[in-house]
Amino acid sequence: MSEIETKTQETSGDKKERIVSIISSVIDKVGRNEQVSLTGILTELRDLLLVIEEMRRDMGVVRPFDITGKHIPGATDELSAIVDATSEATGTIMDCCDVILEKSGAVGGENGDAITAEVMKIFEACSFQDVTGQRVSKVVKTFSDIEEKIDRLVSVLGVKVSGTSEEEDARSEDEKLLNGPQMADQAISQDDIDKLLAELDGVAE
Amino acid sequence: MAVDMNMNVLIVDDYTTMLRIIKNLLKQLGFNNIDEATDGTMALEKVKSKTYGLVISDWNMEPMTGFEFLKQVRAADAPYKTVPFIMVTAESKTENVIAAKQAGVNNYIVKPFNAETLKTKIGAVLGEF
Repeated sequence: MSEIETKTQETSGDKKERIVSIISSVIDKVGRNEQVSLTGILTELRDLLLVIEEMRRDMGVVRPFDITGKHIPGATDELSAIVDATSEATGTIMDCCDVILEKSGAVGGENGDAITAEVMKIFEACSFQDVTGQRVSKVVKTFSDIEEKIDRLVSVLGVKVSGTSEEEDARSEDEKLLNGPQMADQAISQDDIDKLLAELDGVAE
Repeated sequence: MAVDMNMNVLIVDDYTTMLRIIKNLLKQLGFNNIDEATDGTMALEKVKSKTYGLVISDWNMEPMTGFEFLKQVRAADAPYKTVPFIMVTAESKTENVIAAKQAGVNNYIVKPFNAETLKTKIGAVLGEF
């Protein structure tokens, strides 16, 4: 196996070890002043440059811009959609509870009190929405921090991206159809679906 | 001394659903005069302009947090500086509770909570009702 092939198979951990080893060696040589050789240090620094270049190429293959430009924003949008949907549902539940409370007043007596008590339990349970929203906000903030750190790392290392997203999508055609619920601005409405089906059936509406 | 159920109560939360929940629970507990604010700044204006018998505030709000609101209320040289103050928040770390206590909070409720907890904590601050 050639030296290049051996290097290609190195893991990032191996590379880190190699960088640390080279830097330690340089520091050691400079520390023991009498043994310092300019040529030796240049050789070591050239090795260091090679390892850094390999890491830049490796990072390009990982496609960090996909992470910061597509995956993280996509995940953030999905989380926001969860909060919006649960918030809307919570509002509807509470509207219904208000109506039931009004009606329970008309019922009165033991039954009216029992209905009111149960409705209050629903109100209590609805407070999950606030806590959920705060938890999701924390996750979104974490995503944002990760995005920023990746951008900084990519900028420092001057990573160039290789290949295209399409080339790396290893999913089967059937799997590519499994995209789950869509964001409101990307979803097709029931009316549009009906029209599309009608068109496919050759029936003009 | 019996709790005056007609006292003014101020509830503060930036999440309107939460305001609605607390307001409904308080009404069921028998409180009749409930005002709302959606952050510390608005709440501070309200306590300056009206006498409240109880403040129930969230912590995590912008631009002024409930914690800052509490500190400003307690630091004021005004009659409202002694208003009973209950923090109702999802911030559930020990350090939060300690900081709130040191700032002068009367009680601390962690979200999510139920009517019984709210009643117990209010009772601990104002007296049984």
